[in-house]
Amino acid sequence: MAAAATLRPARLRPGDVMKVGAVGLRTRPLRAFLSALGIAIGIAAMVGVVGISSSSRADLDRTLAALGTNLLTVKPGSTLTGEQAQLPLEAEAMVRRIAPVRSVSAIGMIDDAKVYRNRRIDRAETGGIATYAARLDLPATTGATVASGTWLNEATGRFPAVVLGARAAERLGIGRAGPQTQVMVGGEPFTVVGILAEAPLAPELDTAALVGWPVARSELGFDGHPTTVYTRSADSAVEDVQAVLGATANPAAPNEVDVSRPSDALAARQAADEALTGLLLGLGAVALLVGGVGVANTMVISVLERRSEIGLRRSLGATRGQIRTQFLAESLLLSALGGAGGAVLGMAVTAGFAVSRGWPVVIPAWAVAGGMAATLLIGAVAGLYPAIRASRLSPTEALAAP
Amino acid sequence: MISLRDVTKTYPGGVTALDGVSLDISAGELVAIVGPSGSGKSTMLNVLGTLDRPTSGTVRIDGYEIGGLSDAELSALRARRIRFVFQQYHLAPGTSALDNVADGLLYQGMRPAERRRRAAAALERVGLGHRLDHRPLELSGGERQRVAIARAVAGEPPLLLADEPTGALDSVAGAGVMALLRELNAAGTTVVIITHDRDIAAALPRQVRMRDGRIVSDSVSDSATDGASGGATGRAAKVAAAGEVG
Ligand SMILES: Nc1ncnc2c1ncn2[C@@H]1O[C@H](COP(=O)(O)OP(=O)(O)O)[C@@H](O)[C@H]1O
Ligand SMILES: [Mg+2]
Repeated sequence: MAAAATLRPARLRPGDVMKVGAVGLRTRPLRAFLSALGIAIGIAAMVGVVGISSSSRADLDRTLAALGTNLLTVKPGSTLTGEQAQLPLEAEAMVRRIAPVRSVSAIGMIDDAKVYRNRRIDRAETGGIATYAARLDLPATTGATVASGTWLNEATGRFPAVVLGARAAERLGIGRAGPQTQVMVGGEPFTVVGILAEAPLAPELDTAALVGWPVARSELGFDGHPTTVYTRSADSAVEDVQAVLGATANPAAPNEVDVSRPSDALAARQAADEALTGLLLGLGAVALLVGGVGVANTMVISVLERRSEIGLRRSLGATRGQIRTQFLAESLLLSALGGAGGAVLGMAVTAGFAVSRGWPVVIPAWAVAGGMAATLLIGAVAGLYPAIRASRLSPTEALAAP
Repeated sequence: MISLRDVTKTYPGGVTALDGVSLDISAGELVAIVGPSGSGKSTMLNVLGTLDRPTSGTVRIDGYEIGGLSDAELSALRARRIRFVFQQYHLAPGTSALDNVADGLLYQGMRPAERRRRAAAALERVGLGHRLDHRPLELSGGERQRVAIARAVAGEPPLLLADEPTGALDSVAGAGVMALLRELNAAGTTVVIITHDRDIAAALPRQVRMRDGRIVSDSVSDSATDGASGGATGRAAKVAAAGEVG
């Protein structure tokens, strides 16, 4: 016979590599599913965490874009002796004199005016709702909007009429405003003329019962001192206004005033959330690692069980490299399946969560791509050792295996 | 086709399974290897089939000196020129007969469609054209072995090595398998069959007897292929080169 032509093994086509790589998955689907599940959970956790935090960030950006970042608030701080300070009666008027300030509004807390659903209710039950006297331009300045009914006006501001914050209405069990709806404020019946939507930049309004400034003074014993002054300034001058706001609101004791920018507080809370996101991401990575160990374990067992198949393939002319490739492909397929499933799961969780919160759904492509890349890396690492072991088996011993 | 010279094989435990074996098999021969259990038959077949390397001595297969070939080159040699039939069939359990046979052609670099076409033809040839989609568990032992033979012949190898192909079969199924192997040989394939069965061995044109890792006799019967019909008819053997024991 024709002798000594060089012998070169045939290369496997990519499709054939996939096919032999899928043999183990096809013959042991439950095991494949379970070991891919470990990877899937890890990837789902990571994609979900990144997706949810990105969606929440997008929601904040949207909120800030809608509400603006030029709102500043002034509140009384504490005196040198540690007591609660007061803003002077003319604080609003003085703040209004700062040139770049465009609008000013205020609320003043009425300490003794407790709010109840009706006379009979147990007084302990509706705590946490504070009554404030409110200026009529409060919604315009804070960005708060009315969800039901109307805001106070010149007339209702003189009468026992109240507008409830979103949370406050919820706690009192009031769904709609209307002429028949009444609550007890400071022992007097007040008609609920309006209910506010949530006010992200002025969260204190959410748990507030807001009454007109005149009626507060005449009926509820309000002393007239504002407890929060809200201002909107030209965007370019917000920092300048912030610098002089304390001294302007309370020239006598500028250090007894707290000035803040609520949009910064929101952003800071987001930053704190991001620290938590980092932690959760770490947990996801640990889950992924455990999933990788699961895949490695499955592959080791797969190689042990399939020695006779390996022997047969060697007898049919498979090279060591082709056996190695087969098991590497199996490991990669296994973890890629887990990764794809996990990415889909993570995206679904993100979408579900974001939609339930009314957030825009944002799933960064880098998170999905990074997750898949991590998956393939894990598959390669997990499969390498078993694949090398499979390829090193001697064909005769492999064939002799049961 | 095959030439062994002073081949020894000592396993790591110290067992000498082949003890100076020399053997020549020409292209187109049909050879039986017989001998008691443990006499080294399987070891010799593995060496012939390049699945194992000898501890010493030289092995030439189809013109290639296998001692000089790398593992990848040996794999390529097996892929194109050598096929095995085992006592335990070695079929993939969850896979159809057709795919079992087609996968046997994977390492020859054929396209999937070509593999399936040839697999169907090979199954047809072994009389299983109506069982293409059956899984091994849905087939009898004889049918399984015929699938294994189809897998072996689909790539048209010049050399076919069978290690007790009828060992797990009843006599009728065994006879069917032997008839098939004989047919393949008639079509030009060199066939080497290990067997326990004296009648089967006697019916083949050449018998190599082994004991304790040596060849103790190597006889050729004149009634080459027509011996298919009956047991030990043409057995009057010309005992040749029997004492080739190093
Ligand atoms: N992988 C192995 N490791 C150690 N000893 C082996 C191995 N394979 C076979 N043997 C020994 O080599 C001898 C020949 O075995 P084998 O070739 O299988 O004989 P046969 O096929 O004729 O029954 C026996 O003594 C057997 O125990
Ligand atoms: Mg044997």
